[in-house]
Amino acid sequence: MASVPQYLQWGVVQISVPNLVVIGLMILVFVLSVVVPYPRGRQGGRGER
Amino acid sequence: MSLTTRLRLRLQRGPTLEELLPDELPAYVHAYPYLFGIATVASLFFLVLSGFWLAAAGPTWWHTSALGHFVNSLHFWSVQAFFFFMVLHLWTSFFQGAWRDGRAGTWALGVVCFLVGIGTAFTGYVTQQNFAAQWIGVEAKDAMNAVGIGGLFNVLNFGQMY
Repeated sequence: MASVPQYLQWGVVQISVPNLVVIGLMILVFVLSVVVPYPRGRQGGRGER
Repeated sequence: MSLTTRLRLRLQRGPTLEELLPDELPAYVHAYPYLFGIATVASLFFLVLSGFWLAAAGPTWWHTSALGHFVNSLHFWSVQAFFFFMVLHLWTSFFQGAWRDGRAGTWALGVVCFLVGIGTAFTGYVTQQNFAAQWIGVEAKDAMNAVGIGGLFNVLNFGQMY
């Protein structure tokens, strides 16, 4: 059985640590999608037009 | 002209098999917004399948069956993936101005899907069947009554909601 999550509070804003981690992960993936070029397969890519 | 003829002519003018079952994709889909978008769709596929199965098997199935527990977990993690990739799809699409080049309708459809997804998620908060779900049910009861549909949707009646 999972344990009770820790909550962080800032004024009226209250968020659990796992929730904050997920948001942080989303921001990280978004930043990576901006700076990391989309991987290209073979030259020109097969099956593209 | 008969209805059959009319339908056949209409279908002949419609998309070809090459368009319906393509083996080539436009080069522009080689991009993150499309990746996140199709990941969202894939998550939705598992969500719908597992959701149908859970609804058919009843609210106690996942408590009494290992398979039921697995399907319940699949439903839970599919929804986590769905929202994770949907938000990433929204962020990447927005900051790349994806509504341009005649895609305003596509963007509007995306907004509708976003709002429908959020509303549907509330059904999941209730079906978790924990204490938080009971609290959410009570809050939802007030919300439903406030907009005048509490007589139609009794969220505290689990038999009706499930």
